[in-house]
Amino acid sequence: MKKGTILVLILIFSTILLGVTYKRNETLYAGGGLWAPPNNWNPVTPWAAVTGTVGLIYEPLYLYDPLSDEMIPWLAEKGEWKDLNTYELKIRKGVRWTDGTFFNADDVKFTFELAKDIPEVYYSTLWKWLSSIEKVDDYTLIFHFTEPLYHEWVTNLYQIPIIPEHLWKDRSKEAILTGANENPIGTGAYLAETYDQDRMVYLKNATWWATELLGIEPTPKRIVYLRAMSNNVALGMIIKGELDISNFFLPGIPTIKKFYGIHTWFDDVPYMLSDNTAFLFLNTTKKPMDDPEFRKAVAFAINSEEIVEKVFEKQVLPSNPLGFLPIDAWMKYYDEDVVTKYGFEFNPDIAKSMLKDAGYVDKDGDGFVEAPDGSKIELSIIVPFGWTDWMESIKIIASNLKAVGINALAEFPDFGRYQDELYGGNFDMAINNFGSYLSVTVWTFYHWLFFPISDYQANGNFGRYDNPEVFKLLDEFNRTPFDNVEAGKEIVSKIEEIFLKDMPAIPLWYNGMWFQASEAAWTNWPSEHGPFHYPCTWGGRWQLGGLMMLTDLQSK
Amino acid sequence: MGKYLRRKIIIYLLTFFFAVTIDWVIPRFMPGDPIRTLLSRAAMRTEAMDLLYNYYNKVFSLDLPLWKQYVNFWVSLFKGDLGTSVYLFPSPVFEVIKRAVPYDILLLVPAILLSWIAGNKFGAFAARKKRLDNTILPIWYVITATPYMWLGILLAWVFGVVLGIFPISGAYSFSMSPSLSWEFIWDYLKHWILPFGSLFIVQLGGWAIGMRNMIIYELESEYSRYMEAMGAPAKLIRKYAFRNAVLPQITGLALQLGVIVAGALATEVVFSYPGIGYLLLQGILNGDYFLIQGCFLFIILGVLIANFFIDIIYVIVDPRVRRGMSGETA
Repeated sequence: MKKGTILVLILIFSTILLGVTYKRNETLYAGGGLWAPPNNWNPVTPWAAVTGTVGLIYEPLYLYDPLSDEMIPWLAEKGEWKDLNTYELKIRKGVRWTDGTFFNADDVKFTFELAKDIPEVYYSTLWKWLSSIEKVDDYTLIFHFTEPLYHEWVTNLYQIPIIPEHLWKDRSKEAILTGANENPIGTGAYLAETYDQDRMVYLKNATWWATELLGIEPTPKRIVYLRAMSNNVALGMIIKGELDISNFFLPGIPTIKKFYGIHTWFDDVPYMLSDNTAFLFLNTTKKPMDDPEFRKAVAFAINSEEIVEKVFEKQVLPSNPLGFLPIDAWMKYYDEDVVTKYGFEFNPDIAKSMLKDAGYVDKDGDGFVEAPDGSKIELSIIVPFGWTDWMESIKIIASNLKAVGINALAEFPDFGRYQDELYGGNFDMAINNFGSYLSVTVWTFYHWLFFPISDYQANGNFGRYDNPEVFKLLDEFNRTPFDNVEAGKEIVSKIEEIFLKDMPAIPLWYNGMWFQASEAAWTNWPSEHGPFHYPCTWGGRWQLGGLMMLTDLQSK
Repeated sequence: MGKYLRRKIIIYLLTFFFAVTIDWVIPRFMPGDPIRTLLSRAAMRTEAMDLLYNYYNKVFSLDLPLWKQYVNFWVSLFKGDLGTSVYLFPSPVFEVIKRAVPYDILLLVPAILLSWIAGNKFGAFAARKKRLDNTILPIWYVITATPYMWLGILLAWVFGVVLGIFPISGAYSFSMSPSLSWEFIWDYLKHWILPFGSLFIVQLGGWAIGMRNMIIYELESEYSRYMEAMGAPAKLIRKYAFRNAVLPQITGLALQLGVIVAGALATEVVFSYPGIGYLLLQGILNGDYFLIQGCFLFIILGVLIANFFIDIIYVIVDPRVRRGMSGETA
């Protein structure tokens, strides 16, 4: 044999051994929460981290199940208020970091105190109302508060990922705030195995604490979280059975569900659970949107049902007048009396007469109303270009408004300009839903809706609705003990009343928890018939049910 | 030759300087604040948000006066530092490009070169055969005029979903980790063939039509007729016509190769194939100054280098340029 041939043969044999192919029945293919090449696993900057960083790798003290409205003790074993200002937290024993070190109270203390030392850490404002953390023993912490914000505290419990002290205490401020944290070490059910431009691969943590302590175990040995760059690719892969779970919004699911046996939460309309509320924000600093009567007339003029049917093919539900998601955590604060008294519904006739009563009439006969001072009204509604479902929606809204005599035009600036106009307060009307997602308390929703006003309004209250009374009430609600629902209700009812009277933003429909699954390789998907897990794999949201979903999956 | 090259190089350096300056300026005129965009994904209280905003502004040196940012940009450019991407925070821009561009190169270089060679051959051949010209040319026109998106989706649907021969997304199977095995290479090729094929088909038509028109023009020109009248063999005439016709094609080819770093956006989206095109688009949408700058820097370099090569190749393949340079008259 020639030397070359031998070399080639050696090469073939040596390299065949290196190839790794994941077994189909051990691998879960997921998509919908990864839009950029994976490059960041830093739990201190969770908004920039790859989906799964929080939930699969790093875990919070509690999980939250929005379907049963339950806080599930996780890294914490138990937590309770000893008195109004003291919270005692029992830490779970027997939990290990994936490097083998035991997890204990020091890690929890470190995680919270990190934000005291570095005020740029996103939960640092906690320290305005938390005074100290006392370590009683390795598994007990006592939090001493000055003036506890109970509702905010509960959201922190299931959202802040706990990080290992022994690996983070010596890191510089720069590494903590701007590091990519490759090779993350957490307590979670999965390890970050590998990644490439279009995928993130998670490998099961064989020694996960919950298997021994809680008797649960995620079924897939690997999760390949893939990045599909367009809906048609995701749809094709679901149909072919190459994608097991998709959290993409896929148009047409109601039509093709039957043909291809695509699994959804509900067997029939609306197919999807609700995840967040889409609002029409009205810029209250501009005329005529500064007039509550005008805003209310707009609310009466919009036909959300039409949007739900034509744009979303009934994959979503129209919103109630308050914009509350249909989950127990929020609906227990829903005041029927207030809604009956001040609520709105689609009714163009009422909208027209409201406009007329408020002085908006068509004086020059062009078919559109003018403001009471005689000036012309010409409004634009914006959504980012390319967000096709929203683009179609505002076309319908514009025609609804035209039908009652308000001259409104649908416009589609690119995302950068949309943000500039929305956050800078230059827009007329815009759709947004960035902070209305479901949570353990309706406080998060109202905090977004009535976010304090600043020059650059990037985190809610885009219409810059300024009402000190509402801000005060909201703060009061936050200071009401979480379990004192009756006292909370009283305050929230007042907020609801102001909201409906002033209508600073108009709730339209609930965007869905988009979830389509293929039963080609995995079965026992969450559904209305059980298992009851919120099927979410979006970044920072696995602790709402996605993680538990993995423990119930069955390999075919 | 030396004087010619010196003059060219000075022009290229000036072009580079101005192009890069424009490349630096334009993103900063776009609407949107990249740091705000980055932080708008975070749910946090205003006080913490403001602190973090100021911190990141410092990290990205966006708190400095513009002229200083501009000077710093050139300084770090010469150090080989393109800054940190905002959209893909905290990856350095160079890393982002380095990881994505190989996919583009492996896809685009073969597609461009093979379609160029095949297109020129077919075009030249068709120009001489009336019947072939009448039947195949309309097909080429249709293919060239087909919206690429549509063609791509059609190919993906037919070969990927209906026939199920080829995968429809990714650069290699999601069930594989890269390794130097035959199995992996085969898998890579299977994923590569549809994106490659779609690009090849679309570009083939363009090159072929260009070549065919050029050949017909050359065959009709005075020198061809003169040679014909002189009784030169047809093969020789064709050879001369081809050499003349291929000149503009070379320019086209070099320019296509020069902009490879821009990626192939439509291909990436349709076949969910990795590459720089989609990242660049997202960078633009997110106002990511540094990623945009970095990508366009390579595009500028690519175009300039390509042009430089054209200049040199022309000296070799076109005797007129060679003579013009040394002051001879034709």
